[in-house]
Amino acid sequence: MTRYFDEELLELNKKILEMSAVVENSIGLSVRALRELSREKAEAIVKDDDRIDAMELEIEEKCLNLIALYQPAAADLRFVVMSMKITTDLERIADLAVDISQRVLELADQPLLKPLIDIPKLATLAQNMVRDVINSFINKDTELARSVILRDNEADELRNLVQSELINDYMKKDATTVPRAIPLLLVARHLERICDHATNIAEDVIYMVKGEVVKHRPESLR
Amino acid sequence: MAEITSRKNIIEVKSLSVFYGQFQALKSVQLELQARKITALIGPSGCGKSTFLRTLNRMNDLIEGARTEGQVVFDGKNIYDPETDLLELRRRIGMVFQRPNPFPLSIFDNVVYGLRVHGQNDRRYMEERLFRSLQAVNLWEELKDRLEADALCLTGEQQQRLCIARVLAVGPEVILMDEPCSALDPTATARIEDLMYQLKEKYTIIIVTHNMQQAARVSDNTGYFLLGELVEFGQTNQIFTSPRDARTEDYITGRFG
Repeated sequence: MTRYFDEELLELNKKILEMSAVVENSIGLSVRALRELSREKAEAIVKDDDRIDAMELEIEEKCLNLIALYQPAAADLRFVVMSMKITTDLERIADLAVDISQRVLELADQPLLKPLIDIPKLATLAQNMVRDVINSFINKDTELARSVILRDNEADELRNLVQSELINDYMKKDATTVPRAIPLLLVARHLERICDHATNIAEDVIYMVKGEVVKHRPESLR
Repeated sequence: MAEITSRKNIIEVKSLSVFYGQFQALKSVQLELQARKITALIGPSGCGKSTFLRTLNRMNDLIEGARTEGQVVFDGKNIYDPETDLLELRRRIGMVFQRPNPFPLSIFDNVVYGLRVHGQNDRRYMEERLFRSLQAVNLWEELKDRLEADALCLTGEQQQRLCIARVLAVGPEVILMDEPCSALDPTATARIEDLMYQLKEKYTIIIVTHNMQQAARVSDNTGYFLLGELVEFGQTNQIFTSPRDARTEDYITGRFG
């Protein structure tokens, strides 16, 4: 039996894919801005953010309407409710891309404290996790979602590495490095938070597809 | 009685099949019904859910050509044993039907009807049961001054409440409800659902409904029937968020049925 509701769900899916594409693009741009310390690219990202905020509101409204008008159940309900949650995480990821760009603008004004090694690694990891989690949503691929969740520890470790290096090797030894070290510290923090949001989305994708709760249950992934 | 209702499962259904002549209406149903919970039975028309409900107090015995195999164990005994006292069984497992069916008698006589059938004639006892039963269904205040009025003059909702009171008057443990709200408007439905919440403190309720939102709202457990088979049985929130069987999923999401 075909349902009019299915068209509504397709429409919702399309909106989330559009938002995902914009968010993915904005992260890609922020990482490039960071690698090149490019003022121009950093400024471009801030512009896209209003568009992402508007998309978030539009998707939320769509989800609320679908729940109120159709009272979906089972897989339909999981899809609508998880769409709402995923949208919130996507919007937060986009905000963090803006935060990174703002750090880039701060960093672009002064000579770089040290050659960047772990931060680009973390940036690549974050970008891949976001790309993969979006694909896991599109293809309802719980294995890919699971692999995103399992990469989150790596992100935490890289962030810790960057943090302890900046604190111990620079800030503690020479207080004049602090203004240049702090934006880097924050960038690592922003990137790690992006990975956290990608992980949230991955957990939601698994619940959406299989109805299994893996959130706060790392043992369920092994 | 207290001992039974404190047990977790009040009824255990074992390999239950029902035939109407050549037609098999129920196919080896296996299920445990929890005491003082509301269990909802859902499924498309003709799936066997009402047949199943009627097996629980042997109402199918009244249908010509109906034959039952398997067991329904209630209070440690198979109700299909030949020595089962049907009058007593139906006192302990009462039934409320789709359309309110008060007798063309006064309100008083309707409520105490079952008591009289069971040989009760003590007026004071009957008044006590009447008071408690009408209070339990929130009708006492409305009707206490016109107990001698004809029950057929009540509204549909009042009639359905009265029928529930008639069941309660004889002191049942289990109440079977076959689409109890299908003849009522949404506000009356909501009030009957509230009543079901109140009743489950003391009684086990099993309800057949076509209204899936009703099943989701009122029940603790839900069973999905299809073509005489119990496809899935589980906690209501699980059935409505993450059903395990694709056929259940199709039904509750409206893809089928």
